[in-house]
Amino acid sequence: MTQRDSESMIRLEGVGLRYGSAEPVLRDISFSIPSGGFRWLLGPSGAGKSSLLRLLYLANRPSVGHLSILGQDINAATRRDLPPLRRQIGVVFQDFRLMPHLSAFDNVALPLRLAGRPEGQIHADVEEMVRWVGLQRRASARPAELSGGEQQRVAIARAVIGRPSLLLADEPTGNLDDRQATRLMQLISEMNRLGTTVIVATHNESLVQRYPGRSLRLAEGQLINDV
Amino acid sequence: MSKRSLLRPARFDDLGLRRALSDRLLPALVAAMTFLAALTLAGVMVASSVAHHWQTGAAAILTVQVPQPGTDTAGGTRLDRVTTLLRGSPGIASVRVLSSTELAELLRPWLGNATQASALPLPAVLDVRLSPGTTEPDPTLQGRLSEVAPGTFMESHGLWLQRLTTLARSLQACAAAALLLVAGVGAAVVAVAVRAGLAARRDAIDIVHGLGATDSFIAGQFANRATLLAAAGGCLGAVAALPVLLALASLASPFLDTLPSDALLPTLPMPLWISLPILPLAAAAIGWLTARVTVHRWLRRLP
Repeated sequence: MTQRDSESMIRLEGVGLRYGSAEPVLRDISFSIPSGGFRWLLGPSGAGKSSLLRLLYLANRPSVGHLSILGQDINAATRRDLPPLRRQIGVVFQDFRLMPHLSAFDNVALPLRLAGRPEGQIHADVEEMVRWVGLQRRASARPAELSGGEQQRVAIARAVIGRPSLLLADEPTGNLDDRQATRLMQLISEMNRLGTTVIVATHNESLVQRYPGRSLRLAEGQLINDV
Repeated sequence: MSKRSLLRPARFDDLGLRRALSDRLLPALVAAMTFLAALTLAGVMVASSVAHHWQTGAAAILTVQVPQPGTDTAGGTRLDRVTTLLRGSPGIASVRVLSSTELAELLRPWLGNATQASALPLPAVLDVRLSPGTTEPDPTLQGRLSEVAPGTFMESHGLWLQRLTTLARSLQACAAAALLLVAGVGAAVVAVAVRAGLAARRDAIDIVHGLGATDSFIAGQFANRATLLAAAGGCLGAVAALPVLLALASLASPFLDTLPSDALLPTLPMPLWISLPILPLAAAAIGWLTARVTVHRWLRRLP
């Protein structure tokens, strides 16, 4: 780990990504985000936002270039090194990615259970989080019984329940009404203020204007702006 | 919020494997494998028992033929000299001269009742038993017998016994190979079922993997489920095999020392009684190990 890695929560140097033998979806991406930083991730559909997020939540490794997350050199990390890192990363997926056979409560509790938290300590935290996202009456419902907005709130609760060091969100307000979207952005801002590094990918320019911050703009797999 | 409905049950199904690994097909296939394993195991034990029976029984017998047994010599009749020599030889437990009636019975299939007329010059036949622990007679015995009564012929049962023992050992080896084959097929059945479960739960595995689940956690979930189903199948197979084994034991009891033929209910050899409960445990162990190996190998495709 270099000195610069230890100072940065995220560092990419010349990172590219291709799936199999297809054309690269990301090319020569370089940027860094310090611990506690905030970035909007902007760009049209197909620009590579989701692929970049996949690299950041360690669903893929870079095809070329150097990636460091949470001070860990991902290129050199073994498979055994990655699960503890993933537990420090909260992700809100655009398609929610909830476990269909688990209740809303159990979906939210899942990261804590995977981290080995004793069952007795889980209940109160999850209950509080479920209440915070306004799903206390729907806690025992399965995802198929929830509306899109409710599912998104479960996904958000699951992403933040473990107080992650890095929070990644892909269109997190896409299925929320204005009131819920505002509450979510307040939560994200508060987590960021308390030290969580945050990256939010969105198409929603009005949301960006309401919560101004630095942004990374992608186009055709390349970073065209980091302001 | 109702606490009662939200508390995690003891056997919480994080990956939804109750549906992905069905509680019907896998136990049924494992039960069939266990049933075959029980029969094969019985075959191994019967072959072993027969081999032991032959080795400790027939191996200890010699047949000695003394032509012209009644001819007098310096030390008595030829038969007396042979009998005296045999009784004084090391490794001989008993010597018994077959009666003329017993000889006639032995020859009846070939000569009919002609022997009863004593028209034929029959040799004396001695039934010689070796001492316990002795399987072969003293190698010099034939020479010494010929010295005291020329023409005396000693037949050791060693050759045909060796062939029978080789046959029994071959049967044992075949049965052991069949047992390994059954275990291999059982492992393959579990591997196929687990692979189907992995395919069915691909999305759930991706999610928990992304949330920081270790390979051991995911493999453990599959292994626990596979172990439970394999153990259930193993119990079913062992229970199903029991009446068949008892029926076979009943048929085999007249031929084996270890099985009392006159018992009201047939019984099984003690090693088989011990092995039957071990079969479900072995099935469970195969299920656990196969599931873990299969899942670990499959997970290598994930970053």
